[in-house]
Amino acid sequence: MLTKRIIPCLDIKNGRTVKGVNFVDLRDAGDPVALAKQYAEQGADELVFLDITATLEARATTLEMVRHVAEQVNIPFTVGGGISTIAHVDALLKNGADKVSINSSAVKRPELVNELADKFGSQCVVVAIDAKKIEGEWLVHLAGGTIPTEIKLFDWAKEVEARGAGEILFTSMNHDGTKNGFANEALAKLSEELNIPIIASGGAGNVQHFVDTFNEGKSDAALAASVFHFGEIPIQELKKELRKHYIEVRL
Amino acid sequence: MKLIIINYGAGNIKSIQFAFKRLGYDAILSNDPEEIKAADKVIFPGVGEASSAMVKLKESGLDQLIPNLKQPVLGICLGMQLMCLHTEEGDTEGLGIFQTKVKRFSNNVKVPQMGWNVIKDLKSNLFKGIKENEYMYLVHSYYAEHCNETIAATDYQINYASALRHENFYGTQFHPEKSGNEGAKILENFLDL
Repeated sequence: MLTKRIIPCLDIKNGRTVKGVNFVDLRDAGDPVALAKQYAEQGADELVFLDITATLEARATTLEMVRHVAEQVNIPFTVGGGISTIAHVDALLKNGADKVSINSSAVKRPELVNELADKFGSQCVVVAIDAKKIEGEWLVHLAGGTIPTEIKLFDWAKEVEARGAGEILFTSMNHDGTKNGFANEALAKLSEELNIPIIASGGAGNVQHFVDTFNEGKSDAALAASVFHFGEIPIQELKKELRKHYIEVRL
Repeated sequence: MKLIIINYGAGNIKSIQFAFKRLGYDAILSNDPEEIKAADKVIFPGVGEASSAMVKLKESGLDQLIPNLKQPVLGICLGMQLMCLHTEEGDTEGLGIFQTKVKRFSNNVKVPQMGWNVIKDLKSNLFKGIKENEYMYLVHSYYAEHCNETIAATDYQINYASALRHENFYGTQFHPEKSGNEGAKILENFLDL
């Protein structure tokens, strides 16, 4: 049976790992390559690197980091942050990234999803969606969740699926950084309305939150950062607990 | 040992090269027929869409070369699918090495299958030291139907062939290069064939 995936997310700035609490207050948690290797050994199923600097100058540093990760780590990883061109994706994949994640650039120019899926295959195109529930309506937000749009989450998710996205990484801005659990109602609706895998992001605080997002949220994978980086939830222990709840995981 | 990864412009072949590097082997990327023929072991990778991959193989004459190779050849993911008779993806004729067809998962499961699933009913030296129900990483929307060349099976919607073997030709639907230490063991087994 296909297992549920546990995905540590490493936010990268100037070659170092950081984690934002509600995307603002940043803390340093180490060297990304060393962390990645450690996570692979601890049983992480995949890794996501989010380049939050993503300026042109930082791009070369990121490519170098991607290459080092690919050399040393034997599980799949996704790179996201500031990606808006085919050439950039090509460079990331050639340096060993397995997937790329696009977010604001897809909202600004939705054809990018089609172009990437056609050129590189849907399997490597993850569309990340940051959304916030405002007056009962889930609305897509841009630029790390700072800029609201009028685009509705479920419409946008269905559109990117139709355009060739292979997977959706959904972050609830209402939950991110709160450690109060994932946005399971919205996640379950995404899983019901779409036929591609959904990664839950934003709100992981304890083991029960992971149980809930797999059961109630119907998520295919769960992503978290600080609870892993600061050792609050060791991945092996998390997976053992998930198994006790009859959730299939790789152990 | 001379190890070649066939480079026909398909997908992320760097991660295969890095995986062999971690095992201590320098794999060479090549599309040169003479160099491929002279190799001790050949990897036939593939990520992307089947019909365009087949076009690239035909342009370089690799569609004629690959089925006639005599040394151990390992097709990975789309590489394995292209070694079959036919795939529904782009209604594409394959190389016809494995006597089976490739079909699309139906939409009562999420497509692509993405993540870790188990391989079982293991039947080859390729899996020496690998236990039944070991987890491997898979990303695919199409699957090979069982045939008498099946050497591993996986369940997703149906029970299908997650690895195939015909004489010196091997194929895995999963990505051993991305499947942790157990995947690395399979690559090592391939080098020992």
